[in-house]
Amino acid sequence: MTTAQVEILVIGILTAASCALVGSFLILRKMAMMSDAIGHTILLGIVIAFFITQDLSSPLLIIGAAFTGVITVFLVEMLQKTNLVSEDSSIGIIFPFLFSIGIIMISMYAGSVHLDVDAVLLGELAFAPFDRFIVNGVDLGAKSLYVMGVVFLIDLIYIILFYKELKIVTFDASLAAVMGISPVIIHYSLMSLVSITAVGAFNAVGTILVVALIVVPPTTAYFLMEDLRSMILWSVIFGILSGILGIFMAFYLDVSIAGSISVMTGVIFAIVFIFSPKKGLLTIIQRRRNQKYEFAELSLLIHLFNHEDTDREEIELNPQNIIEHFKWNKKFLKAVLEQLIKDGYVEFEKDLLKINKKGMEYLKTNSIYNINDNKTCCN
Amino acid sequence: MNFLYDILLDHTLITVGLGSAIFGIISGVLGTYAVLRKQSLIGDAVSHAALPGICIIFLITGTKETSLFLIGALISGIIASSVIMYITNVSKIKYDSSLGMVLSVFFGLGLVLLTYIQKIPNANQAGLERFLFGQASTLLKFDVKIMAIVGLLVVFITSLLWKEFKLLCFNSEFGASLGFPIKKLDFLLTGLLVVSIVMGLQTVGVILMSSMIIAPAVAARQWTDKLWLMMILSALFGSISGITGTLISFFVPKMPTGPIIVVVMSAITFISILFAPNRGTIWKIIRDRKNEENINNYVLLAEDRK
Repeated sequence: MTTAQVEILVIGILTAASCALVGSFLILRKMAMMSDAIGHTILLGIVIAFFITQDLSSPLLIIGAAFTGVITVFLVEMLQKTNLVSEDSSIGIIFPFLFSIGIIMISMYAGSVHLDVDAVLLGELAFAPFDRFIVNGVDLGAKSLYVMGVVFLIDLIYIILFYKELKIVTFDASLAAVMGISPVIIHYSLMSLVSITAVGAFNAVGTILVVALIVVPPTTAYFLMEDLRSMILWSVIFGILSGILGIFMAFYLDVSIAGSISVMTGVIFAIVFIFSPKKGLLTIIQRRRNQKYEFAELSLLIHLFNHEDTDREEIELNPQNIIEHFKWNKKFLKAVLEQLIKDGYVEFEKDLLKINKKGMEYLKTNSIYNINDNKTCCN
Repeated sequence: MNFLYDILLDHTLITVGLGSAIFGIISGVLGTYAVLRKQSLIGDAVSHAALPGICIIFLITGTKETSLFLIGALISGIIASSVIMYITNVSKIKYDSSLGMVLSVFFGLGLVLLTYIQKIPNANQAGLERFLFGQASTLLKFDVKIMAIVGLLVVFITSLLWKEFKLLCFNSEFGASLGFPIKKLDFLLTGLLVVSIVMGLQTVGVILMSSMIIAPAVAARQWTDKLWLMMILSALFGSISGITGTLISFFVPKMPTGPIIVVVMSAITFISILFAPNRGTIWKIIRDRKNEENINNYVLLAEDRK
């Protein structure tokens, strides 16, 4: 690997980790789409700051952009507070509006501005190593490396220092207020960090794909984990993993790095979502199937027990009629019966199905209704 | 008078204006349902998700036929919206998270495919710029015809299934208990929304799509409590902003059409939220003040009595 590639890898890892840190709290607060909004509106901040400074690498650009992110959150909340517009609708009104203003400003003054909208939106990590950080003629490495390093440190320190406050505000805002922790201050400081992270990351992955790194790894961890600490840890791990895999895939196929990182976040989510041994889709499907059969077996046993030795025995215990009465299809009854016979709970007496001793035992231990009472059914 | 002739005779302007207006009507009608069902941001997700579909169609066929692109966008849009629904239905993952995931991952895939396409010789830029921001000025007569057909279809279906869609929006559980095929209706409505979003990609582009779905409906909601009136107003607002935006971009040099349509639409929305009678913010302030005065008067009267 060349130095440039190593630098790309480190920038990617730092970006993924910072996004995962703030993203965890964002998705717990049901504000995943706010990252999309912030990601878009920082364009306006970058444009305005650029008009003032005329310098694309000025730190004022980052501050200005982060500030528009916070303003976006503020405007969305103001619109929501009128109670006339729902939360998601207000996001969907505010961010296209601010974004449009940004685009119009760029198009109107296109001649005098060397600002590539595509680069801001889509980002290109491959170009990050070209922008060097040079002090007194000494090359200290890529600029983005330092930007993302600082952003990561700020995120990390903030979350370690205010972990308790963030946790209480996220899960019980009223309790937090009673305890003297201001939900508003915590909320806006978190949103400022999201904006700063998004601005730092736009160089690397572009504003649209910041959403991938902020939303997908934390959601994957949220799906898998039960407590906050391990959720944050795992979202950082998933983020870094998709960063590394995505960058290698991009090198290998020679395609957009930002794109392949976000594809990787999706691939990791899909794998976890489908194959997780405890909560995965396959396990859920298997469990639902088992439950369905268990319930059917139990129902059939109760039915047999109820009608045994009654005048309707001849009718009710005939498999042909069971199909009709239970509205089951033949295949399903066959499967249920096979299982019951294999377990040794029922046996055939001539054409009639009879529950045997072992079946009675099973019914007594597993049925919620009291088998020792009189038979409860109709006649 | 010359000025008026200019407007009336300019062929491009008529095509673009008509296209934007028809799209405004479609998005206004379907956006009403999306906003009422609290699925406003689905437009954002589906429009981003259309990119991989367009790229795959290009990779398979190698042509730049618009109608083929629309089909590709439609298929990946429908897949995206189904995935969003499925994830929220079977797991504890919330709607907004699954929306954000599908949006970014599909778009990322599209970007990967796009950069892959750009390496193939003879395949110059498949027009990413156009996809992102839309270029209403490139609308052709043919595109407008397709839009008109889709528009008629949307109006026809919504009036045919008026009662069913209404039930779906306001009380789908009740609808299901009455025996309406709620799941199929849901799929149909989402499908129509996806079709209209894909249509709009050419006019306003991906990023501004969500505004065209949400803003007209939210603006219309402030003026009325009736569904049919809300829908008509929403379609009206959508088409007015489409036409106004087109006119502004025609007369102001370098003004991009999509963004200015969105700015006009947003302005209408903000005005509605502030000034709409009864619901509007300013009305509310006036009403609150009157109530306060009344109460004060009563208190004064009561004290006089003593």
